[in-house]
Amino acid sequence: MTGRKQIARALLPLVGVAMLLAVWTLVNGLKLVDPVLLPSPAATFKTLWEGMTSGKLGVDFVKTVVRTISSTAIAAVIAIPLGILLGSSEKLYRSVEFLIDFFRSTPASAMFPLFLVLFGVGDRTKISVAAFGASLVILFNVAYGVMNARKTRLLAAKVMGASRMRVLFDVMLLESLPQTFVGLRNGVSLALVIIVVAEMFIGSTDGLGQRVFEAQQLFDMPGMYAAIFAAGALGYALNLLFLLIERRFVHWAGR
Amino acid sequence: MTSAAASMANGPASGFDESRRTAPHVTIRGLSKRYTDAVIYDNFDFDIPRGKLISVFGPNGCGKSTLINMIAGLVPADAGEVLFDGRPLSRVKFGYVFQNYREALFPWLPAFDNIAYPLKLMGVPKAERRLRVERLVAHLGVKIDLALYPYHLSGGQQQLVSIMRALIVEPEILFLDEPFSALDYEMTLFMREQLQRVCMETKTTTVLVSHDLEEAVYLSDYVLLLSRHPAQVVEFVPYDAPRPRSDKTMTEPSFVATKAHCLKLFQHEVRRG
Repeated sequence: MTGRKQIARALLPLVGVAMLLAVWTLVNGLKLVDPVLLPSPAATFKTLWEGMTSGKLGVDFVKTVVRTISSTAIAAVIAIPLGILLGSSEKLYRSVEFLIDFFRSTPASAMFPLFLVLFGVGDRTKISVAAFGASLVILFNVAYGVMNARKTRLLAAKVMGASRMRVLFDVMLLESLPQTFVGLRNGVSLALVIIVVAEMFIGSTDGLGQRVFEAQQLFDMPGMYAAIFAAGALGYALNLLFLLIERRFVHWAGR
Repeated sequence: MTSAAASMANGPASGFDESRRTAPHVTIRGLSKRYTDAVIYDNFDFDIPRGKLISVFGPNGCGKSTLINMIAGLVPADAGEVLFDGRPLSRVKFGYVFQNYREALFPWLPAFDNIAYPLKLMGVPKAERRLRVERLVAHLGVKIDLALYPYHLSGGQQQLVSIMRALIVEPEILFLDEPFSALDYEMTLFMREQLQRVCMETKTTTVLVSHDLEEAVYLSDYVLLLSRHPAQVVEFVPYDAPRPRSDKTMTEPSFVATKAHCLKLFQHEVRRG
């Protein structure tokens, strides 16, 4: 591929962004929508920039990052060992599969009242609900990763004289890593959703969710859009971060 | 091998010339295996000669792979006994090469560590592991960058790494389950030469499952022809052309005659079913 073609290819994803900004500017310029409801892109990004660099938005952003990462970390610490344990025995997994699937399908937001009673109003509730949701997603993926370990690879290790423990640590664990990362990426996305909702509705004084909600209450539309974009950027960045870690540590995935 | 077993295997005359030993290496007695829909083996007896390369050939689904998998302990037999110089499998060092090298190698380890892995399992220290792999590489004249991960190697190179992983423990018997059937023709020809070289250099008893009659005859000292299931020995066909064999070997009358003989028996079996 020639250099110019490569550059053109790399710029392709920006086409959609440019189109959105163009339509947005047009709608705003022609006043097709009440400018109070839809501020101009320039005003929105100015608010975003100022909020992130010197205003309260940056503080809220960091709060949400800390909560999301903490809940994902707690979920991973609980769910990865448990997933390996359950996955290494299909019988064991089948015996708890219904419970995992049931609670995985239960909207985590329905658990807020329960966790409020258990942990009170504060960070502990938000983080534990998010950790609860994320851990089931991670658990499910890790267990399937272990269960779907290539039979030939397990046989190869066995035929070379590996003990059950060696097979578990040298083969199954590594075999399950690609699927584990799928679980971690889904888990962190879910954790962010739960944290943002929790920040909106369960007595928060900070965080991106609270920022969006407050801006809406005060009819501060540029502030609200800015907070929404900040949340979007956070979600995208977290996903990207886990993808990069995955590529670094699970270099063989998909090859 | 323990010293007791060694003295038993070597017989009363110590210092016996290994190459002159004629007793069978592996004795299979009364082997039986039944799957839900078919009896694959029923009271199967066979002796595998020492230091020879034998190919197992027969109609589809007759249980060629099942046979070596039972001998190598990958598949449990329903009944019967397999002994290696009178010892059970657990006391024997053996190598096994899978057809599907992609799924048999460990993609998270570089080729070098893949080859050394069986030594690691045996508790061989790292420095010695390195030495032994390097010695094997030199011995076989392998020219692959072993620092690469398996997914960066070609199919043939990956299978060569698998074979080296099987050889690193200096096995007394080597099993190969259709090792070249996932490779393209050019690579297959190259790998046949590699395998022939291994057999000439190491004199390891080798059992090869093949679905290619030409390959089976070309590589083997004996071709074991199996019947439809329940599998019985149709004939144990010797082929003693001198090694190293080459393309020229395949045009010689003895090769053509042996292959034609095997094909006749094979087709008779196929029609019978």
